[in-house]
Amino acid sequence: MSRQSTRGGDPRKVNGELFTLTYGALVSQLLKDYEDDDEVNKQLEKMGYNIGVRLIEDFLARSNTGRCNDFRETADVIAKVGFKMYLGITPVVSNWSPAGDEFSLLIENNPLTDFVELPPGHSSLCFSNLLCGVLKAALEMVRFLLYSSCSFFHLSFVCFLFHTAFVSPKFDVISLLVDFGCCLLC
Amino acid sequence: MADEVVFEYLHMEMISYLYRTAEKIEQDHCISKLESLGFRVGQSLSERFTKDSSRFKDELDTMKFICKDFWNSVYKKQVDNLRTNHQGVYVLQDNKFRFLTQISSGKQYMDAAPKYLAFPCGMIRGALSNLGINCVVTAEVSAMPACKFQIQIQRL
Repeated sequence: MSRQSTRGGDPRKVNGELFTLTYGALVSQLLKDYEDDDEVNKQLEKMGYNIGVRLIEDFLARSNTGRCNDFRETADVIAKVGFKMYLGITPVVSNWSPAGDEFSLLIENNPLTDFVELPPGHSSLCFSNLLCGVLKAALEMVRFLLYSSCSFFHLSFVCFLFHTAFVSPKFDVISLLVDFGCCLLC
Repeated sequence: MADEVVFEYLHMEMISYLYRTAEKIEQDHCISKLESLGFRVGQSLSERFTKDSSRFKDELDTMKFICKDFWNSVYKKQVDNLRTNHQGVYVLQDNKFRFLTQISSGKQYMDAAPKYLAFPCGMIRGALSNLGINCVVTAEVSAMPACKFQIQIQRL
């Protein structure tokens, strides 16, 4: 009776369930602590920010990506290299604005929301707001200054969006919009 | 599959969040909060890891599962040493515990170790409690990346 262990091939990968469950436990702790969705969102973003500041270092050290020439390339690197490397997913980059300074990232099976069922009364909770903070910090460290961000998560609509607006180092507004959409199986 | 640094950073951030928001006097609660977070995670994880496996023969078999499969899935290595007095005390020794490898190995940051061990302790307790073993888990560090977890089975 040998038990099959769940060992992945890549030594740098941890079990995805471990990460998802830890994140879930953390969000529920935050909800217990604050009882206010907006405050929880704020805390999640702050934590994401702190993670992003470190993560970008790790990303630059490991990914071997060079300098991005334009914003489209940046979006591609975020989706195809960053998300792939850290969460094992590849969001779809879409909804480019005509000026090329706004785009959406659509996540189809968001690993953060596996096993998640939100109780009623948390309509303004952005469950994956951590990602918002991570991106904000990571981009801020390399190129963009961000001036606002907001997001929402709706389990009944099974998608969440998050918008982020950035300012270039010269402070002319690029006003990039990052949308995060996720679809969950109901 | 998530990358290990993401999990590590999340764990670090969780600790710093709890300590950041706690009042000075309340800091003892942080350890127990982290422990209960770990408990939750360990409970669900052991449920998922054992869903296709056969029933454990005895307590020792369950401990071996924790040392091998559970440890492997969570920390990407096995426990280096498992000892027991056959009276309900088990000592798991990990010579290079992952949450401590980023901390300087001198004595300087010894005080910080309990923060980083509360969550893992809770995970072990949660996993075991879901497998029908009630226990108390404590951790002990004498030289930095090495760590000993003592599991004391509570019999009714």
